[in-house]
Formats: sequence, structure tokens, C-alpha cells
Amino acid sequence: MSYSKPQLFFLTALRLLAGWHFLFEGFIKLLTPGWTAKGYLLSAQGPLAPLFQWLGNDALIGVSDTLTAVALSTAGLTLILGIWEKAGAYIGIAMLTFFYLAHPSWPGIPAAGPSEGNYFIVNKNLVELAALGVLAYFPTGHLLGLGVFFNPKNQVQHG
Amino acid sequence: MDKHQAEQGALQGRRKALKGLIGLPFIGGIAAGAYAEVRKKQQEKDQILRELNIEAERPEIASDMSGEPVRIGIVGNGGRGQHLVRVLGFATPAWVQAMQEKGNTGALEAYQNQENLNVKLTGVCDVFEVNAELAQSASPDCKRYRHYEELINSPDIDALVIATPDHWHAPVAIAALQAGKHVYVEKPMTHKIAETYALREAARNSKAIFQVGHQHRQTQSFITAQDIIRKRVLGHVSLVQASTNRNSDNGAWQYHIHEKASPQTIDWDLFLGNAPSIPFNKEHFFRWRKWWAYGSGLSGDLMTHDFDRVNCILNMGMPRFVTASGGIYTHRDGRDVPDVFQAVMEYPDFTTGSSREAGLEKGMTFVYSATLGNQHWRETLLMGHDGTLELGNQLRVHADPNSTRYRHLIESGVMDPSVPIYAYDPASGNADGVTSATSKYFAQKGLLWTYRGGKRVDSAMLHIREWLGAIRNGTPVSCGIEEGFEEAMSAHMVGLSWKLGRRMEWDAGAEQIIALPGEDLDAMLVAPGRVIAGMMG
Repeated sequence: MSYSKPQLFFLTALRLLAGWHFLFEGFIKLLTPGWTAKGYLLSAQGPLAPLFQWLGNDALIGVSDTLTAVALSTAGLTLILGIWEKAGAYIGIAMLTFFYLAHPSWPGIPAAGPSEGNYFIVNKNLVELAALGVLAYFPTGHLLGLGVFFNPKNQVQHG
Repeated sequence: MDKHQAEQGALQGRRKALKGLIGLPFIGGIAAGAYAEVRKKQQEKDQILRELNIEAERPEIASDMSGEPVRIGIVGNGGRGQHLVRVLGFATPAWVQAMQEKGNTGALEAYQNQENLNVKLTGVCDVFEVNAELAQSASPDCKRYRHYEELINSPDIDALVIATPDHWHAPVAIAALQAGKHVYVEKPMTHKIAETYALREAARNSKAIFQVGHQHRQTQSFITAQDIIRKRVLGHVSLVQASTNRNSDNGAWQYHIHEKASPQTIDWDLFLGNAPSIPFNKEHFFRWRKWWAYGSGLSGDLMTHDFDRVNCILNMGMPRFVTASGGIYTHRDGRDVPDVFQAVMEYPDFTTGSSREAGLEKGMTFVYSATLGNQHWRETLLMGHDGTLELGNQLRVHADPNSTRYRHLIESGVMDPSVPIYAYDPASGNADGVTSATSKYFAQKGLLWTYRGGKRVDSAMLHIREWLGAIRNGTPVSCGIEEGFEEAMSAHMVGLSWKLGRRMEWDAGAEQIIALPGEDLDAMLVAPGRVIAGMMG
């Protein structure tokens, strides 16, 4: 896939920014002693609340915590490095789907906590989710990222 | 390959490397940023926790429940009595069925997972036939005794759980202790002043174990709060506020009147006991909390919870002065106890320690405020010069912006008075030094409840377990006769202040409430409504 320079610039910027966001969230959770998603999961709202509360129970919370931190970091790493970015984008989409459904910004459902903005159905999780969809289908890692080293076009040029 | 081609190749290689590795510097930056962020927070948290040095969880005194089963008799198997009997391990089939019909699996599971306390329910004494039969339906060993003295003197009974109306607490407890039977009595410990002394004498002179049913003494967060006071985290506490807020018929003691209630099913004279003799009255029987003749109003019924909650943390004992006010403002239904009630208890010589110059700080006021006409939540607050403790199932300590002790930490930005400097949640077992707005929000939502070793437990079960441990192994009880004396006597002072419309004073040397010449304080305490001229009823 080839892009004009502005297309490449903004797609790569989007990839790096989303990657930054995911990786930082993942690292903070991995590095903070005793970090847990328990409160977040137990306070889940909306139709899938029982599922999230189940994920937050004492038996499962350790697994839920580890998976969350590792998934966020993995999505962040692939996006920033520009390799396996489609897989990374999908991991990110899965996580954002969870976050969105755990505390959906629907009318009548209380917010998860103090919010910096106002949302009606659409919130930033949903916007970022769509952005990751764009990244999955408009990859840039083969042009600016580790994918460059595995790009057959590059191999031919240098062969 | 000529020189030009080689240069081109090297250039392309470098460009390829630059393009390929574009993300690496970001990763380095993010990792460094995350590490610095976590480390800074951790250092601040460590610094605060080091400074506060609070012991979040006291090691449990594991009292062994093995050996011969303790044989228990329940005296007063009404609403509270049935709960205590369930805690002992004897749910009635009717209760199990009701929970199943309501789909309340949580309550059923909690009951089924309850620890086996190794007791037998061998006796019941209840003046209402239906309540006595309920206890018998829960335990095949349970024999019905018509009079409490028969139950006390039975060789099949080792210990009594007393959950009668207030006016029967002391007479039954005293008789049991004198017979050498162990006693667990519900709050308030007594209904009158004279019997408070008499019960203390009986308990002191008996080898039997005595415990007052203030089960919150088992609440993990209160045990943590005791350490907060010991470590002088709050500085000098000058004001305590606690409250009751209810807005329902049940909360205002308008209990259900059983359809089988009649002079044939209720031993009315035995119910009355030392109360004034009146004809059979179903409402007085089921809603006894509404009359001073049997109950103790907001001061004895509900303030005692808050008094003992605070007393178990501060150990402040008897107030020196007490004033109370209020009236019957929300339930003018014939009751003679107030439903809106404020009490101010003064402790002029009390201190929790000071971070300021010697002699500057001394004295504390405890304000209790109650209404049965609004249920807006009001925090229990212990307010000190250095910090404020919000006391509940969770604990939160805020540094005071003008604290002396924490001045250097606040000025250096380590402590932020707008977020808690200490938050304790017994569910997680973790103490947290600095909490975010979000975690504060989660804590306030009450998601994180009272547990032991990560397991949800009924604190009444723990309290009874502690009593049984004392019976079996001689381990201490947390709400014995001295604590009960302070709880009951301060409630009587507060009740009298409301009734007499004047400030009551405690003579600590003589250990008595000061009366005017010729006054019979006990008669005034149990008289209907107020006894000040012009304010009867």
C-alpha cells in the first residue's frame, strides 16, 4: 500500500500516538505494585456488568489484571514499533470494547468516575477504537517501522 | 559495484534503518516516563506511610472452637434474636425458604459458608409462642422455657444470648451471671441507672463471661482506626460527629404486627415485667422501641452504636457534661420517644495527643445527630488538628491543610490535603498512601466491604465467636462490662438531658449522674415522654 506524504505522515502519527497511549497505560500497570482492575470491574455498569464482576472476583482478578496489563503493552509495542500492527490494533480494539462496555456512556448509566468531558453514547474509547480499525487496514509499519525490514519491496530494491 | 553505487547502498541502508527503527526512541521515552511516574508516586506513598506508620491489620487471636459444644439458650427470639440464632448456625426452615423465594442466594451462601461455632441451641424463652416455636424449628435440641429463670437454672444451658426488649436486658443478665451462666446481651446494656450498677456488680462477681452485643468492635476498619489514634495520625481530636439517618417505617420502629398475636399467644404480664402495668396492647408488644417504658429511644437504641463505635477507637469513656434536644417531629403516632434527636457530649479533659506546644490542646466534644425523617448519608468524622478520619467500613484520613505535624510534607507537595493521605479497605487488605480521585470514588461507592482474610463475614458472628472463645479458652472479650457500663450510662445521661431539658453532669469520683435533691432519675428516665413542666409527651 502506498500513500501520499500527508497520508503517510498522519497515519504514522496516529499509529505512534495510539501506541504511546496503550504502551504507557500498560507499563504503568505493570510497574505499579499492587495495581488492580478490581474496583473498575466490580463497579461495571450496563448489560454486561455480571461478566465484568465475574472477571473481578477473587479467583480471577489476578489473571484479569495480568492480561489487561500485558494486552495493553502488547498493543502499544506493535503500534509503536510498526510490526504486527494489525494484530496489535485488534488487541487494542478488544480492550477498548471491554472498557466501553464495562462503563458504557449511555443515557441513564452512571459514569465510572469523575469525567473531564461530556459524552452521549460516543466517548473517547469508541473514537480510539475506530482509529485502531483505521490503523489495522491502513498499515504504515512497512514504510515507517520495523516492517521496513520485512518489506519485500525494500528487499528487491536492496537486493 | 562502483564507489557511487556503494555510497548509494549505504545511504539507502541508513535510511532504511532510520525508517525501520522510528518507534524505538518512543519506547525508551515511554518506559522512562512510566518508570519515573510510578517511582515518584511510590516514593511519596512510602514517605507518607512511613510517617503515619499505621498497622492496617492486627493479627487475629485465633480462639479454638473445638471441645464440648457450648449449650446456648436464647432469651427473646424476635427479629434481632433470630439473626443471632442464625449466626450461631441455626436458621429456621422458614427463613431458608423465604430467602430462596426472594432469590437472595448471597444471604443463603453466606449462611452455608459460616464457620461452625460448635454450639447447641438447647433452649428458648420468648413470651410470644410463635417466636419460641421458630427457635425450636431451627434446632431439634431446643426446649421451650416459659420463664427465663427456668432456662437459667436448667442444667442443659451453659450460656445465654439475650435479645429481649431493653427493660429485660439487665434483670435476665443479672440472674444469669449470678447463676454462673455466660451472657451475651444486646445493646443498650441496661434500661435504667440503678440496674447498670447492679449488672456491673454481678459481672464483676461472676466467673461467667459477659459480652455486650456491639458487634462493630469486630469490624476490621475500627481495629485499624485504633492504631490510627495510637500513632497520633490525627493529632488532637477536638470534635467527633456521628449520626443516624433513616426514612422508613421499619427504621422508625413501625414493625409488622404478627397476625397470631393475642393474649393467648403472648404472656403479657411477663413481657411487661418492671414496666407500668397496662392492658394487653399489640402495638406496645411489637413496637416497644417507641416507648420509654420498654425501650430507650434514639439515645439508647441507636446513639449507643455510635457511642461505642467511637469509644472502641478513642476509649474516651464517660462524658463529663451532656445536653440533648429534639422531639417527635416525623412520627406523631402516639410514641413517646423522640424521632429527631441531637446530643452533645463534652469531654473537657480528654486528649488524643498533640503536635503543638504543650498545654494548648485539651478537650473534646462528641456530637450525635439523628433523624428518622431523612436518610441522607452523613459521614462519621473524627476531626483532629492534623487530620480528619472518615470512619466507616472503609477508612479515609485527610491531612488538615493547617496541620502542624504534616506541614513539611504538605509544603513539599508530598501530601495533598484534597485527597486522602491514607485509605484502608478491609476487602483488599491493602493500605494506600495516596489515592486518586477515582479510587476515592470507588471506595465511597462501598464496593469494598468488611472481610476477614479476604472472606466476607458477619461481624455479629465474629463478636459471638469472640465471646465463645472467652468461654472456652479465656481469651479476652472486646465489649465487656466496663465498656457496657460506659455505653449504657452515657445513654442514660443523654436520655435524661432530653427528658429534663437541662445539662446533665457526671461525677467521675462518685461514678454517678448528678441529681438535684429529691430527684429520682430512674423514675424520670422511664417516665413517658418529657418530664419538664409544660412539655409532657
